[in-house]
Amino acid sequence: MISARNLVKRFGLKSVLRGLDFEVAEGEFVGLLGPNGAGKTTFLRILASLARPSLGRVEVAGFSLPEQAAQVRRRLGVLSHQPLLYPDLTGEENLTFFGRLYNVQNLPERIRNVLALVGLEGRGRDLVRTYSRGMQQRLAIGRAVIHDPDILLLDEPYTGLDQDASAMLDDVLRKVTAEGRTVVMTSHDLVRAQDLCSRFDVLTRGRILASASRQDVPPDGLQAFYRRSVSSLEPGRAGAHDG
Amino acid sequence: MTVKSAAKRPAPPVSFLSSMWAVVWKDLAAELRSRELISAMLVFSLLVVLIFNFSLELNARERQEVTAGVLWVTFVFAGTLGLNRSMAIEKDGNCLDGLLLAPVDRAAIYFGKVIGNLIFMLLVILIVLPIYSILYNTNLFVPGLLVTILLGAIGYVVSGTLLAAMSVQTRTRDILLPILHLPVVLPVVISAVRASTYFLQGQPMDLIWGSLNLLIGYNVIFTAAAYMLFDYVVQE
Repeated sequence: MISARNLVKRFGLKSVLRGLDFEVAEGEFVGLLGPNGAGKTTFLRILASLARPSLGRVEVAGFSLPEQAAQVRRRLGVLSHQPLLYPDLTGEENLTFFGRLYNVQNLPERIRNVLALVGLEGRGRDLVRTYSRGMQQRLAIGRAVIHDPDILLLDEPYTGLDQDASAMLDDVLRKVTAEGRTVVMTSHDLVRAQDLCSRFDVLTRGRILASASRQDVPPDGLQAFYRRSVSSLEPGRAGAHDG
Repeated sequence: MTVKSAAKRPAPPVSFLSSMWAVVWKDLAAELRSRELISAMLVFSLLVVLIFNFSLELNARERQEVTAGVLWVTFVFAGTLGLNRSMAIEKDGNCLDGLLLAPVDRAAIYFGKVIGNLIFMLLVILIVLPIYSILYNTNLFVPGLLVTILLGAIGYVVSGTLLAAMSVQTRTRDILLPILHLPVVLPVVISAVRASTYFLQGQPMDLIWGSLNLLIGYNVIFTAAAYMLFDYVVQE
């Protein structure tokens, strides 16, 4: 479903991705772990067609990037730690706007379903600027799935959420991913990653350093797997994911 | 409750016009709520007109000579406020990424922003003109002058929206836009001031066509250039 080969991304003289190889099969939920500055967000931005690779090949849903970016975008939903919503529009208006850009059929009904899914049925007509951070993030999930994408890219979706909002986001993400969507999620929250993901890849210094499936990692063993993977290259940063 | 619909095929791509109007609708709806952009432009414009009115002691003939200059200085600086704010709204919550993720022609996003910005600028102009007419005792409702203002506003917004999309990605966006834009838009301002003055003085069309042609030519060239460049400007 997603394939990256020998991916390189440079910003001036600095290489952020250095020959990264990455494969995701249909229906997998991959947790992309790594310390700050490892290149996780840059990699997701390339998969989302928001940035161009300096070198290498990327294919998403059978379409290559950046040449077939429009086809890729139609099949992709993106959720980041910023909600990408307009605070001066209501929740419904935000979904209407993005639904129009994706040419969603039967939009009013779709918006009702999506608002129900993210638990915002009663708040759809309120301005987004009156929402709490957790509500904004739930509406952001609604924005990301309004066009029923096959692939979801989640870039640290729990950043800035309190415990209750995170638990609510867990529920929504489980529902959203329950029907066979392919998901790639970057996260610093190893407990949540272990709970949600079917595979864990550790990205450090622009490369995938280690990969393990959920079966290969014992319960509560993701922290140890992560520490082992990162400490070989960055001994001082292995604890960056604590918590 | 399930979110995934029965049909697996993605919806057909939205047309250029539909995506453009979606962006216009979004900008108008957001501005109707907040009124941040229009009110800032309007208050600034009225202050400039008032300051000129009270600082310049002019007789009737002099007033006619400076009118076009005062008007265009007002429109240009108020327009810069509007362009900055219009793109800052996209950048503040990283909404620009949300727009760029949509499977639409990015030129449609550009033209949607242009139409929104043009509507806001023309709205401010429509309010400023009668106030200026009363304060300066000058009739500004001359058809030729209104056409000149429309052409000048189009030229200003077409180039300004492209440069605002560029400058908004920098830390110094508030000061960078006027520094980038004013030299680029100089041909529009000079032609617009000249044509406006001639219309107010009732000069023959032979004298005015040159300035109008320059305005039209600028608008065509910059519209074509922006259509081709916008994708590169917003691409990381």
